[in-house]
Amino acid sequence: MPDVRTHEPDDHDNAYSGLLVNDAHWAFGTDFEDPLAGVDTTVPDGVDPATLATYCLMLGDDALVLSQRLGEWCSNAPDLEEDIALSNIALDLLGQARLLLARAAAADPSQVPALPDGSPVPDEDRLAFFRDARQFRNVRLAEVPNGDFAQTVVRILLFSSWRLALLDRLSDPLTRSRDAVLAAVAAKGVKELTYHRDFAGRWFLTLARGTEESRRRLLAGLDELWPYWAELFETHDIERAAALAGVGVDPAGVAADVEAVLDQVLMASGVDRPVLPPVVGGHDDPGHHEHAAHQGRDGVHTEALAELLAEMQVVARAHPRGQW
Amino acid sequence: MTAALRPVLDDGPVLDHDHGHDHDRALERALDAASAVVDPELPMLTLADLGVLRDVTVGEDGAVVAAITPTYSGCPAMAAMRDDLVRELHAAGFADARVRVVLEPAWTTDWITPTGRAALAAAGISPPGPAPRRSGPVPLRLTPTRRAVRCPRCGSDDVVVGSEFGSTACKALYRCQACLEPFEHVKEI
Repeated sequence: MPDVRTHEPDDHDNAYSGLLVNDAHWAFGTDFEDPLAGVDTTVPDGVDPATLATYCLMLGDDALVLSQRLGEWCSNAPDLEEDIALSNIALDLLGQARLLLARAAAADPSQVPALPDGSPVPDEDRLAFFRDARQFRNVRLAEVPNGDFAQTVVRILLFSSWRLALLDRLSDPLTRSRDAVLAAVAAKGVKELTYHRDFAGRWFLTLARGTEESRRRLLAGLDELWPYWAELFETHDIERAAALAGVGVDPAGVAADVEAVLDQVLMASGVDRPVLPPVVGGHDDPGHHEHAAHQGRDGVHTEALAELLAEMQVVARAHPRGQW
Repeated sequence: MTAALRPVLDDGPVLDHDHGHDHDRALERALDAASAVVDPELPMLTLADLGVLRDVTVGEDGAVVAAITPTYSGCPAMAAMRDDLVRELHAAGFADARVRVVLEPAWTTDWITPTGRAALAAAGISPPGPAPRRSGPVPLRLTPTRRAVRCPRCGSDDVVVGSEFGSTACKALYRCQACLEPFEHVKEI
């Protein structure tokens, strides 16, 4: 057994030797360890592994894509506190995404993109970096480009109110997912999303009751994102199947609770619900407007997702055998 | 076995006397090694004091398995914790040392030991109050979270929260109105 300890002084003297001795030490969060090491990932009896995996991908992709969007604020937010807050929220969502993608991969390895032999890229990274926009299952609210800070506040409020309700159902003892891994990831996520929703709710109120300009920007952000709101509550076949199998939540079932929370914020802020129709379809299926087959959950996205993924994935794709 | 780890491990079968004295001593050595590992981002705290180290077992074959629970889903320090645990256990003579992740129950600040809380305060970081308990839906809070927080430098309770998010996922930013210094508070989850 090598005594790794003897290398320690070198690690700290020279970043490059540290990198060679122990790659997990040169930067946090860049290791290749399994985030579910030692966790029992057996798929529960009577549950279709492909359904569970796809359902986890949906929840994971929502978090991954919004995390990437929020990450764009890093060093660009209106002040340091909000810069840090948005990065924190992005990090929480990235952590949720990592666990959910890893859970998806463990449930149904056939959904994990194949890479050249010898590639050290772990399953959750293969799913994150080696799928195209068409294979992403996130709702479109997560992918819309960033506007100003007010628009971001609106997005976090809408997204976290909805996701908190979903994860709460997945982890609540009375409605708990039969998949213990998903229930555990959800339980942790609830604690995090509580802070995200409070952050966005308070800023929503502050901007709505702030200056004429802050209110104008907030209302513009709300109008811009409102067309993506209805999609969050449309039940996809996979979600229906996952709910029937006792592992997932039918989003339509949380609509009333989520709307009530949103109304609380709108009322406190003196803001009316926008009256705008939901957006239909995506850029790559012109002509077809058949309901429920043209949503983010089906891989039908706005053009913005492809651009976001291009930036997020370019380094990983250039180095499919790379380690960083 | 350190006092700090006792509360953590009291839940499980810690010292199995059927396995005899050698096993007990091996387990104590493993516990000592694992519970000496400090948190990479809060180095004034051991992983045991932080409540992240949940369990340490020594198998019949001498293999050690340490169980850790992430503080936050995206906690970037998990890899460093894992490496530090394995390194210390190797150094304590355990050739086969592994770390497993326990996701449930989710980590709560209530698991930070009294020793850990004192260490945080001594380092100028305000320790958390009791974690919120609830039944029913998660309440929406549109006003700043009220906490009984005191400035860790001057002891004043005239403090204001600057942001619920700080330099690490687990901390909020505060400012003391009395001594005017900013400080961090480990937020309750």
